[in-house]
Amino acid sequence: MQGATVEMVPNGSPGGVPSLLVDNAHALAIAKFLREDPSLRLDYASNVTGVDWLDAVVQEKQKVKQVVEGVEREIEQTTEFKKPGYLEVVYHLYSMELKHGPLILRLRTANRGDNARVASLTPVWRGAEFQEREAYDLFGITFEGHPDLRRILMWEEFKDFPMRKDYVEPDDYEYEPTPHDDVLEKTQRHYPTSLQDVPRESNAKGGVVSS
Amino acid sequence: MDEGLRSELSKQGIFTTTLEDLYNWGRKNSIWPLGFGLACCAIEMIAASMARYDLARFGAEVFRPSPRQADLMIVAGTVTKKMAPQVVRLYNQMPEPKYVIAMGACAISGGPFKQGYNVLKGIDRYIPVDVHIPGCPPRPEALIHAFMTLQRKIDEQSLTGAKRPRHLVAEAPSEFPVPEFGEHDLEPPNNPAVWQPPTLVRAE
Repeated sequence: MQGATVEMVPNGSPGGVPSLLVDNAHALAIAKFLREDPSLRLDYASNVTGVDWLDAVVQEKQKVKQVVEGVEREIEQTTEFKKPGYLEVVYHLYSMELKHGPLILRLRTANRGDNARVASLTPVWRGAEFQEREAYDLFGITFEGHPDLRRILMWEEFKDFPMRKDYVEPDDYEYEPTPHDDVLEKTQRHYPTSLQDVPRESNAKGGVVSS
Repeated sequence: MDEGLRSELSKQGIFTTTLEDLYNWGRKNSIWPLGFGLACCAIEMIAASMARYDLARFGAEVFRPSPRQADLMIVAGTVTKKMAPQVVRLYNQMPEPKYVIAMGACAISGGPFKQGYNVLKGIDRYIPVDVHIPGCPPRPEALIHAFMTLQRKIDEQSLTGAKRPRHLVAEAPSEFPVPEFGEHDLEPPNNPAVWQPPTLVRAE
């Protein structure tokens, strides 16, 4: 396992469970170690799921010393840089034998497009098979080394990945009696003069819904 | 037949009826449902058929494992888009006369999953539904009420004339197109001959 990169990702939330970010090339060896090591014995992968991180613009503030009109001053400089998006797979590991856990393992893909690949951990935890298929189906993450990588929930002909944040669902909105939030936006798009837009007085006269 | 004469004859011990009444009486008291369930509504359907609610009182206790022997399809539960073609195919395989009860919020409209990407917004998009039951899930009493509504509907069907039921009209369809799996959605997303999207009309 020489050259393996394992990064500890802290978690600021009240739960505060940190996770381990593992590089793809050594993921399988690290997983084997986590399962076999007598003091760890993480023999149970209880949950495998995916996370979609979109392309983001990150702002970083730096204090720079500059000489302005002969006086040295500290000026705050904001630099913006693009952070490319990626997909992430999260494994929750427990030990049935030693009764400890969870240990959270993360794998990252290089990008969200042509290289959305991670190493499959199904050879180590057989229970991950269907859950990795689900992550493949809904996020489009390809698991290399998976024994049977097919869609599991959607049909084979389906081309989209519904759990990705940029997924565009079919435009099949229908009348909704009490729309709110994003459903209200859909209502206004499909029925521009729907009952919501009618002033209360004229609504009281009777907006009629017919089907 | 004159109602007075009929009543007079029955006092003499002579009972008269029409072929239509007899035929519908037989049909409405032996509706055999197709035994399949899709989600939690199926549990209520099973409960309705067991001793406490006793669907056998309506002659409907024989849940048939084959669509060829069934008269009624109870769509009990969430119809996902992946399941919808199979449901339509089962309906097509049932012989006429056949009836459909859409049971529960999901089967009639998509229910809590209506705004999702993977659930059909009601089975009436593809097959004609006779009775809709709201509820999540509906209690067995609601299913029994739907049964009685269907019985009333069958009882009122006239066998001749322009209003005769579909199975007596030679050119009326008995099979409905099975939707195909598309790249983004089912194709077609609904059967326009059976269902049209709702339109809003404002009264001026």
